[in-house]
Amino acid sequence: MALRTLGRQTWLWKLLSFALFFGAWEIAGRIPISLSFPPFWDTFVAFVTMTFNGDFAGAYAQTVQPLIIGIVISAVVGIGSGVVMGLWRTMEWLLVVVFIILYAAPVAAIIPLVTYIYGIGLTSKVIAVVIMALPLIVLNCYKGVRHTHPSLIEMVRSFQGTRWQEIRMIILPNASSLVFAGLRLGVGAGFIGVVLAELLITPTGIGDLITYHRAVADYAEMFADITSIIALSAVTLAALLKMESLVRPETRKR
Amino acid sequence: MPQAVLKMIQTPAEMIVEVDGIAMRYEGGVQALKGVDLKIPAGRLTSFLGPSGCGKTTLLKIIAGLLVPTEGEVRIRGARVAGPGPDRAFVFQDFALMPWATVIRNVAFGLELRGVAKDARHEIARKYIAEVGLAGFEESYPHELSGGMRQRVGLARALAVDADILMMDEPFASVDEQTRRKFQEDLLELLAKERKTVIFVTHSIEEAVYVSDQVVLLSPRPGRVQQIIDTEVDRSKTPDEIRRDKNYLDRVDEIWAILKTYLR
Repeated sequence: MALRTLGRQTWLWKLLSFALFFGAWEIAGRIPISLSFPPFWDTFVAFVTMTFNGDFAGAYAQTVQPLIIGIVISAVVGIGSGVVMGLWRTMEWLLVVVFIILYAAPVAAIIPLVTYIYGIGLTSKVIAVVIMALPLIVLNCYKGVRHTHPSLIEMVRSFQGTRWQEIRMIILPNASSLVFAGLRLGVGAGFIGVVLAELLITPTGIGDLITYHRAVADYAEMFADITSIIALSAVTLAALLKMESLVRPETRKR
Repeated sequence: MPQAVLKMIQTPAEMIVEVDGIAMRYEGGVQALKGVDLKIPAGRLTSFLGPSGCGKTTLLKIIAGLLVPTEGEVRIRGARVAGPGPDRAFVFQDFALMPWATVIRNVAFGLELRGVAKDARHEIARKYIAEVGLAGFEESYPHELSGGMRQRVGLARALAVDADILMMDEPFASVDEQTRRKFQEDLLELLAKERKTVIFVTHSIEEAVYVSDQVVLLSPRPGRVQQIIDTEVDRSKTPDEIRRDKNYLDRVDEIWAILKTYLR
């Protein structure tokens, strides 16, 4: 009976999941699978060391600049364009092709072109983030706005709502779930963009740390760097989910 | 213990809705309706009944002003219908509730669109939420309610705007049989109190005869008025008695005989 109550504690299962993963990692590292694959414990020690000796702080101070600028631009332009495209057919025909191509294009191949035009500074890195994040945000937002359930539109018309009321009170709130989904995907893609930029353009921030530690064969440190960016990305997405539940109270579990 | 349904006062009724030569041809060539002429009495419950695809929902939406007919016109108290109006309210088959809004906000929505102040419209909403039997659920979200409860929210919303004509598009199609019967009984009680004109689309013969004063039978596509049948059911009896009443059973058989011919 007590076992069943214990079984229902979700945090316990999540902890177990982490424990199993880290355990497998530790074993794989000790075999070893490869000389450049460190066991979990070494990576963990490196992670803690770099957190407290300022390496991570210094690196992220540089990485977050293009990341935040890029994501803010992508969110504002993305949601704006998505809404406009969803509401006006002409805009849709004009813009949707651009964003689909951008979405489908392999960014790593475009970055050298960006570097050629914009140089190797902050601008190029911001552009890399925007190229990754913007199409996802636009396309999801546009889909959310355009595919409003027709019976909701009919309902607001049956109560003599104006077009503006239709947009403000039905179309936009209805699109909010896809807008947030787009933001989550966009932020995740933005992280990929900034790391790619830091690896391919010039090394700064966390990209620099990864490149450096790889070059000097400090594999535990390199894995710790990679883990740190994954962790940051996960925490950011969790924060986005929390923000969504504040803006959309109907998603809260009761 | 079943409540006895209030007796409908039989007085000669004003014809509040006139349907005049309505035809509807959709883009793509489907002729949904052709040459429909009809008069609907005020204060009574009229149902549209017919086989699938006969255009009953199309006709309902034309009267509601949600669809523009290709020919003909609909007049309400002599005035031509050019779109939705405050004299008509619609109850949707798939409920059409806003999932991001609470029950009370959904019910008050029609009033919110008109610019009624929040306290005033919430007070009105509360009254109708109680009338449909959902008191206590004002702060719930639609996803927390059963199908039957959601339909009642849709009904409360339509009642809250105090329109003269209530149009219901197969309102009980999405609920189970027991709930459906209970709804039919509750609806009659409610309407006897509210004194509205109701137009009801259904594909159930029993439901049409049980609930309405007159049944408009539509022919298969392109739909036209096949026949209008007065149900003449004595509503002073209890619901169970009505369902065994000879008049009721005769009407059901009569209508079934007509509809059967369409199956051949």
